[in-house]
Amino acid sequence: MAFLELRAVSKSYATDGKRTEVLRDINLEIDRGEFVAIVGYSGAGKTTLISLIAGLLQADSGRITLNDLDIVEPGPDRGIVFQTYSLLPWLTVYENVYLAVDQVFPNWSPAKKQQHTEKYIALVNLSPAREKKPAQLSGGMRQRVGIARALAMDPQILLLDEPLSALDALTRATLQDEIGRIWEKDRKTVVMITNDVDEGILLADRIIPLSAGPGATLGPELVVDIPRPRDRTAINHNERFKAIRREITDYLLDSRGRQRVTVSKKLQLPDLEPEDLWAPRSRAELRGGPVRRATMRRETVEI
Amino acid sequence: MSDYLILSKVTKTYDTPKGPAVIVKDFDLSIKRGEFVCLIGHSGCGKSTLLSMVAGLNDITAGGIILAGRELVGPGPDRGVVFQSPCLLPWLTAFENVMLGIDQVFFTAPKYERQQIAEYYLSVVGLGEFMHRKPAELSAGMRQRVGIARAFALSPKMLLLDEPFGMLDSLTRFELQQVLIDLWRRDQKTALMVTHDVDEALFLADRIVMMTNGPEAEVGDILHVEFARPRVRKEVLDHPDYYRLREHLISFLENHAHKEQREKAPPPRATPRAPHPEAAQVLD
Repeated sequence: MAFLELRAVSKSYATDGKRTEVLRDINLEIDRGEFVAIVGYSGAGKTTLISLIAGLLQADSGRITLNDLDIVEPGPDRGIVFQTYSLLPWLTVYENVYLAVDQVFPNWSPAKKQQHTEKYIALVNLSPAREKKPAQLSGGMRQRVGIARALAMDPQILLLDEPLSALDALTRATLQDEIGRIWEKDRKTVVMITNDVDEGILLADRIIPLSAGPGATLGPELVVDIPRPRDRTAINHNERFKAIRREITDYLLDSRGRQRVTVSKKLQLPDLEPEDLWAPRSRAELRGGPVRRATMRRETVEI
Repeated sequence: MSDYLILSKVTKTYDTPKGPAVIVKDFDLSIKRGEFVCLIGHSGCGKSTLLSMVAGLNDITAGGIILAGRELVGPGPDRGVVFQSPCLLPWLTAFENVMLGIDQVFFTAPKYERQQIAEYYLSVVGLGEFMHRKPAELSAGMRQRVGIARAFALSPKMLLLDEPFGMLDSLTRFELQQVLIDLWRRDQKTALMVTHDVDEALFLADRIVMMTNGPEAEVGDILHVEFARPRVRKEVLDHPDYYRLREHLISFLENHAHKEQREKAPPPRATPRAPHPEAAQVLD
């Protein structure tokens, strides 16, 4: 049996007496040490999926098991990094990470807890900022704290819920490289949710598209057999990169296309020219009404 | 075809306590009527400053900008601007937001015709069912659709787009690029767009102008994109030249990565490499 397994998982929400099916028949198997990326549209149910694995939500039907045990509630065996940083604003970087360590390893000596906390802060290159509060950190640095906190709990599996979506393109690229580097160091099992196909291909062993909702389901998976470490520039030459990128993008665009409802409706665009607000026409001309393209005079001049 | 928009020796400086800071220096660019041009560069390189000068929202220190034979002074409805965040008035519906500009520019037309314009553009961008909702009741992608409809509804001579899809996720971005390019073809507009998304520029533009980093930003390189129109994304992605052009743009951006960013970044990043030898042939 696989390390993490989802069998025929479905989930729907009820609002105002209406049931909306979010996820339909999700089947997924992840082996120990694998890095799997799930790509999909925002609103497709990606966060619902990760919350189910985290135990923050319960599935309507189907089964989720980690290490052959049913997931019924959240626990420290699954570390989560959220899109919004979810740090405690009144605690420093060090205290935010220490809090998690203290919860998960209450029997350790204070010295060991401290050493452990510092090790993970160093891992994400934040040692110089350990005494800063979240408000004094940039978005990229805050997300590093989130990653350090999740890893310090030494979880069996790391769940990343669009960890980089709130960051600008350059910071995003730096942190992608960093996540890749950290992952190669300790090879945790990772499930990453993202809306960026390139990000998925750059980091994951396997990439799986989540079709557009409602009733989203996982599409055909693609194995990213591109050797590591993967360089974001060099990867552009890679034929596999191009093929995977195209296949995933096609699947997602098609799944969206199938969801779209088209209506045929008669629309009329009036034949009008905008008024020139700097060179207004004379009052008499204005009284004649708007300028229409169809009536614009053509003047012939002799040369 | 003659040049429709001409930027000649456009310069922008800001006064600082340490003396004037030159953001853009002697920037020259000409755009033909109906052309779609993308400006690409790192954030802070001055590309948005340049766009807002064309929009008339930012004064020019030296040089001049000519649109359709007239020098530009100040903002005006002959340039439709789509901002990074859609900047809609929250207390008005999508329809009322679009009507605001239409009422100004088509003030001589009867009301039912003005409403027809708003209805037309909102329907074409895919908001037919949602045009009477307020911005808070719309998703980020839908709000940006309203922004696009509002810009086109004024029949501007020129469209200015300042990273219009920068805040959307990459898949919603694909959809809106399609909406934008369909409208652009239908109305045959001239467009100038600022972006840092390489794939977006390749899908939309006829010409991509790469800017060097500020201060004193200037044109670093120009890439002509000659994929047949109308473009279908799958075909563009499958085009044999696509990844060569993409590589060329990415190399340019990497070579011009922020100097300070490069010095500050703690982990060693991939060393910037020289442009790919094949890429040089793309240039003219």
